[in-house]
Amino acid sequence: MCLGVPGRINSLCEGELRTGKVDFGGVSKDVCLAFVPEAQIGDHVIVHVGFAICRIDEEQARTTLEYLDRMGELAELRRPVAP
Amino acid sequence: MKYVDEYREARRVRALAAAIHGETTRDWRIMEVCGGQTHAIVRFGLDQLLPRNLTLIHGPGCPVCVTPLELIDRALAIASRPEVTFCSFGDMLRVPGSTTDLLTVKSAGGDIRIVYSPLDALALARALPDREVVFFAVGFETTAPANAMAVVQAYREGVANFSVLVSHVTVPPALDAILSSGGNLVQGFLAAGHVCTVMGYEEYHHLAAKFHVPIVVTGFEPVDILEGVHFCVRQLEEGRAVVENQYARSVRPEGNATARSLIDEVFETVDRPWRGIGVIPGSGYRLRSRFQAHDAGLKFAVEKFVAVEPKECMSGSILQGQRTPHDCPAFGIRCTPESPLGATMVSSEGTCAAYYRYARFATGSSTCRVCEVGAAT
Repeated sequence: MCLGVPGRINSLCEGELRTGKVDFGGVSKDVCLAFVPEAQIGDHVIVHVGFAICRIDEEQARTTLEYLDRMGELAELRRPVAP
Repeated sequence: MKYVDEYREARRVRALAAAIHGETTRDWRIMEVCGGQTHAIVRFGLDQLLPRNLTLIHGPGCPVCVTPLELIDRALAIASRPEVTFCSFGDMLRVPGSTTDLLTVKSAGGDIRIVYSPLDALALARALPDREVVFFAVGFETTAPANAMAVVQAYREGVANFSVLVSHVTVPPALDAILSSGGNLVQGFLAAGHVCTVMGYEEYHHLAAKFHVPIVVTGFEPVDILEGVHFCVRQLEEGRAVVENQYARSVRPEGNATARSLIDEVFETVDRPWRGIGVIPGSGYRLRSRFQAHDAGLKFAVEKFVAVEPKECMSGSILQGQRTPHDCPAFGIRCTPESPLGATMVSSEGTCAAYYRYARFATGSSTCRVCEVGAAT
């Protein structure tokens, strides 16, 4: 029910209600962007029932993945070497 | 797809599972709050990667499941009226009321439409000025801004034939109720990432402190969920109980201010019954009096329903994590998604429905579908 799908803003329409076309892996849909006034073309947003509920913070996303990958590499280093 | 594929990579899932194994020394029980998380855990078999002494308890976070039977009956009565075009998200259509469901009303000639967004229902009301268009506004805080926007637009434009039947519930009071219950088993929470995207997580600091329980705001992909579990286990092992944010790419501490202010403008807090649990104080929304003209509950006065739940159903205990579907003799036999007895089987995000769909007919009967690893040892 609280499903949110990430997509990329491809175009904006600044009417009474801010909307835009958002691309979800090749599928384009009209999305209400009234709750993400800061989001611009090229930004990724999370969309729930036709509304973007946030702009995805790319910096935060990158930090998390880099942390995870460092953790994975460390685990590899700690693994005992096969005889 | 960006922001999906990288959170499903097997190497990252394996690294997190290894870290959780390395740090879990005692028995712990963690509840994932959101039905979307439950669905992902069972779909990908993520619980099969965890140490045996770490149990994931599936929470009450499916708004379809917890919508009271009385309200479903009320929706059915409104949807059956000849002047009404009744709009709903698809997952409400098969939810049974006391005697029927929306799909059956539709097949008997009721004008029932599935919509993707509440704005689609509003557009329908503009296009059909001679019809009464009613939208079944079900959901948690995630969906509330969208439903609020539809109401505000209708109010501003004077679309008098548009109304909403509000069935909104909110998460923090439910967590308080679970932790306050005598039979509580939950020692840590994965909070619902999209609820917190809208509302932020400032309200949760109080719960973490009051009940000394770690709360980790968590996303929905396999890597998100395992990282949320990892953060939670680390806190439990170290004896800490604070709010952490695993889902920082989406969730800010204060949430989405624009969306929150619209919720405040349109809704006020009320006590709400949850199907299978009972009344939880301050856990629901209703329209403020200014928007009464768009309240379908007032517009279509129907007699008060007294709905009776099947006695055999134990969904109340399952919603609170005190039992699992395997404890229920009716599971998969007398209770299936086609013919559900109660709350947790009615929607695809309900615990029983997720177990049924992904063939969990016995404990530990699955493998992780991300990295094809069998039941954890």
